[in-house]
Formats: sequence, structure tokens, C-alpha cells
Amino acid sequence: MSRILLLQGNQAVVEGAIAAGVKFYGGYPITPSTEIAEQLALRLPQVGGKFMQTEDEIAGLGTVIGASMAGKKAMTATSGPGFSLKQEMLGLACIAEIPCVIVNVQRVGPATGQPTSPAQGEVMQTRWGTHGDHWLITISPSSVPECFELTLRAVALSEKYRCPVILLMDEVIGHMREKIELPDNYDEIPQAERKMPTCAPEEYLAYGCEDGSKVPAMAPFGSGYRWHVTGLVHDETGFPKGTGAATKESQDRLRTKLTDNLDDIVQVENYRMEDAEFAVVAFGGAARTAYEAVDMARAEGLKVGFVRPITIWPFAEKQMQDLAGKVKGILVHELNCGQYVLEVERAVAGKVPVSLFAKYDNESATPAELLAEIKKAMA
Amino acid sequence: MSVMEDLIAKYFRPGRLPHIWCPGCGNGVITGAIVKAIDKQGLAKDDVAIISGIGCSSRSSGYLDFNTANTLHGRALPIATGVKMGNPKLNVIVCSGDGDCTAIGGNHLIHAARRNIDLTLVVYNNSIYGMTGGQYSPMTPKGSKATTAPYATIEPSFNLLALAQAAGATYVARGTTYHVPQLVDVIAKGIAHKGFSIIEVVSACPISFGRQNKMGGPAQMMMWQRDHGVLKAVWDRMDEEKKAEAIAAGKFPIGVLYENNDVQEYTAAYDEIIKRAQEGK
Repeated sequence: MSRILLLQGNQAVVEGAIAAGVKFYGGYPITPSTEIAEQLALRLPQVGGKFMQTEDEIAGLGTVIGASMAGKKAMTATSGPGFSLKQEMLGLACIAEIPCVIVNVQRVGPATGQPTSPAQGEVMQTRWGTHGDHWLITISPSSVPECFELTLRAVALSEKYRCPVILLMDEVIGHMREKIELPDNYDEIPQAERKMPTCAPEEYLAYGCEDGSKVPAMAPFGSGYRWHVTGLVHDETGFPKGTGAATKESQDRLRTKLTDNLDDIVQVENYRMEDAEFAVVAFGGAARTAYEAVDMARAEGLKVGFVRPITIWPFAEKQMQDLAGKVKGILVHELNCGQYVLEVERAVAGKVPVSLFAKYDNESATPAELLAEIKKAMA
Repeated sequence: MSVMEDLIAKYFRPGRLPHIWCPGCGNGVITGAIVKAIDKQGLAKDDVAIISGIGCSSRSSGYLDFNTANTLHGRALPIATGVKMGNPKLNVIVCSGDGDCTAIGGNHLIHAARRNIDLTLVVYNNSIYGMTGGQYSPMTPKGSKATTAPYATIEPSFNLLALAQAAGATYVARGTTYHVPQLVDVIAKGIAHKGFSIIEVVSACPISFGRQNKMGGPAQMMMWQRDHGVLKAVWDRMDEEKKAEAIAAGKFPIGVLYENNDVQEYTAAYDEIIKRAQEGK
């Protein structure tokens, strides 16, 4: 049985978290993500979970990392200023491979910027925000039902690959209300299971990958497998190792545990692309404009399609290269001065023209505005 | 084997010693005292988590055979809070230096204390940033020399325990690396206490603090602790004038300075929230 509801994107994230088995949230209130904290404060204890409003943004992700070490599925939510503060903890989660989900409902930045207006200015910060080379997954919903689905997926990916997963939203998606059909009973939703060691505790190498994969099994604190978490470069034992070889080996595994599995991780939606000669690329809130603009273009007989990266990082390299072989031109539309377009240009490598429709005036573009840009780019 | 060798065999990780600390450093004494306190409390190793921040003292977690984490500078308390919330059965002990705990981690300190969450925080107070080579911390006594205060510090230091108590800590104690049996005792009581416990341990950094401040070698710095740490029972017998003289001479009380068992512990309080939520209240 299911129920049909009218929910905000932020509320759908909350239901996705509950359905995914999230049992801990630590965070700090910030517009436009606050509804996620408020609703989880209500919902988590109902399912035996715990909510904490922490003293600051840093502690928000810190408590999440701690709860994850203790075996709980854990998440936090924030927006630009808070996301900046979370970068330090994000790096720890990357190198220590602690599963966690961070929702970033983007607003206009930098600094306090425009707290209640939509933007997509954190595409590059999401990838490169914390210091040092590091690898993580970023996915971006563009509808309320997808907020639910991708929260489930974010939890599943973080548990499967033992890395932080960022659910990159924007004010439009967070605050927009849409119809959503939710199951009455979340018990039937498959739960992501963290890989547990199968060896005896005394044989456990915390970062040893006993099954030959690149993702080590993770025993919760208190389970009898005593191990060491560190933000220092470490070897398979989990203890610090200062050699160049150890650094390289660590970086290689942390990178390839994701890049070896791009088929599993990277999702891209194609809309009216079958016979398209020109493609719009957009994601998140900007995708809403693109569906409509492409329909309008089609109604005028223009062979335009829409490619929507759902996975922002790792970058949909192969999909963008394939796209360049299919169409005569690409228009990237994003709510910033041009961030994702840099990656598209790199992947396309001059094979076809790539243009940008950058919108950074606190408003989403209208479909008519985007259509005009499409026509300009096609001309 | 000696008692300490037995404890090392039982509680330290094989192959992780020797430690990185300098000769004369108090960190080994404090870490040894934590292990003795855990042994005294009879805790199973699987039921103990040791969470540390960054700095010399925070390296302690890696040597110890428990559920351990050497996290980020100043951030041990939030991560320890998450561990405790994730598994309240764990006895969570936090090892933090004076810089880690009172400077970059100061906000986390007052809020962990305010919540009265059942963590045992051991502050390794050597009055200096040791790992980076002798910069002043919020616990460096005013007038001391440091590499970043070559003409002496003009900043007063925190009264850390008064700060923690005012913020809401329900167990407040102090020890030194000279008075070891007493130190073990106050850590053990802190572990047994259900609520936020803070134990400040006055320690010596002969290399990065002692040298700059002409305090002599490790033995002289130990004697300084002997001569300045005053047992709480003795301290309490002093009249106000004597106390003022002692404080002016740099003396401080050691022992359990405050304990309040009437404040509800945070994870226990949250369990009641879960019950209320599930009953729909």
C-alpha cells in the first residue's frame, strides 16, 4: 500500500532517510536546509533513531562520523556556509572511509550571499572543497520524488563504497512542493548493508579488503573488532604509515574504488535524445527548466534533447564523450557563472561546440529564456 | 614482569611501541594512568573507545588496544559524542591536549559539558603546543615564553576546570604526572561517573615549554608539580588568605574538585525522548 502526499523536497529527503534506515542525524540549522533537521528531530526518535542539534556545523558532521563508526547509518544537512565548515570533517570521512551522507541545499554564495535564493555554486566545492586529493560521490535530484529516491541511493552508495556521499540540492528543489507516492511501510525497502568482516577479530585488518575488492569491511566500534581510525595516511592495518609508497597506495585505492565502478555509480538521464542533433545539459533545479524548454523546442520542430547528469561526481566522462559523438552542439545550463561546463568542455575536447547559459541572479531561468539560448547556440 | 609491563601486554597494541614522545614527556605517564584506571574499573577492551584529537597527546589512542580514533585537531569531542550516541554501552574516553581542547576545540568542550553526555575527557595539559614546537596555548601561564611569544605571553590562561564546571560538567578533577596513584584514582572515578567528566592533568613538556621557560629538566619539572599540586583536602583547610597566597604562588588543588550525580545524563535523556516519540506524546 502507498500514500500520495504533497511534500517539499526537504521533507522527501527526510522520508528517504527514514526509509534508508538512517538512525542518526547531527547538524546545525541553516536556510534553506533547516526543514530537514526539523523533520528528522520529529521522525528519528519515532523509529528509534537519534537527532542532535550540534553547537556548530563542524560538530554536526563530527557526530555523524562518530555515530557511523559505532555502526549507525548517519547523515547531516546544510547549505553553503555550513558546507564550507564541513570540509574538514569531509576529508576525514574520505581518508578514514567512514560512510556518511551530507545534504547540501545550495543557496547563493559566497559567504552569507542570498540565503533564500537558489544557486548551484558548489559544484566545484563539492568535488574539491576539502584539502588534498580525495574522492567522493555527489548526486543531484531534480524533483521531490527523486529527493526520496536519491536519499536512499546516497545512503546505499556511502555504505557500499565507504565514502561520503553528497546529495547536492538547491533551494528550488529543497523548497518546491510536488506530488510524491510513498510506500506505507518502509520495511519492504531493501536496506543497504555495510560489509562486515568475516575473519576472526585478531585477524582483522581494518583496511585490508579480505574479499579482494577495494572496499574494506567495517566493524562497528563495540563489535569485538578493535581497530584504529586515523586521519593520517595509513596502511591496511589502519595505523599511520609515513612512506611515499603508503601515500600512493592509499590514494590509488581511494580513487579506484570509485573509478573502477563508474557503471554502478554514474547515472545520467536522457530525455528526448533518440534523434537529437543538439543537447542541453543541466541538473538539479536547472533541469526543471530544461525539460520544458526541450519540449518547446521540439514543438517548434527543433531536434533538441536533454541530458541530465544525476551523478555529478565522479563526472559522467564517458557519457559526455559519447554525447559529443552524437550531437552537433551542447548547451550547458547551470545556476552559477559556469562550473559544470568546465568538465563538459574538458570531456568533449573541442569535438563539438559547447556553450553556456549561466544564470546567477537569484532566479531560475524560464523555459522561454533557455529556449532562446538554445536557438542562439544552434544558430 | 612488572605491573606496568603486564598492563602494557594487556592494553597496548603489539608492535605500536615505542611511542613518539620525547624523553621526559608526561604523556606516557597520563596514558599509563588511563590504562590503570580502565584496569581498576575492570572494563572489557571491546567496551572502551578512546577518541583523541591532534597533537602529541592525541597520539595516545593509536597505542592502545581498544576501539580507537585519532581524529582532527580540536574535534575529538564531537566524534566521541557521535560514538556515544551510536552505542551508549561504550565507555568513551577522550584524550586531548591543552591546545586541542581549549583553543581550537573550546566550543566543543563547553557544549559537551553542557549536555552532560557520558564522556570522560582527559586533558593532557603541558601548557604548550608541543608537536609544532612550543607555541603558546590558552593554558600557557601569562608571562611565559613561547616561540610565538618571544617577549612573553600577555594573554591570561583559562581556569579550565571552572570553565567546564560552569558549562555543566558534572565531574571535575585535577591530577599531575607526579601524583600518579591519585591521578589513576581520579580518572577511574571519572570513568565510573555517569555524565560529562573532565580530568585536567598537569604535565610537563621539558623540550618545548621547559627549555624556553628555564624550568630545568624533566626531574625539576616533576618537582615543580610536586611543589605546586596541593591535595584537595589540604587546599580546603586553607583560609581565603592562604588560598590567595597559594594561587599567587602558582599552586593549584588536585583531586576531585566537583561531582554532581543529580543531573540526568544526555544519552539516558535521549532514550526518554525515543520512548515519548514512540508513544506519540
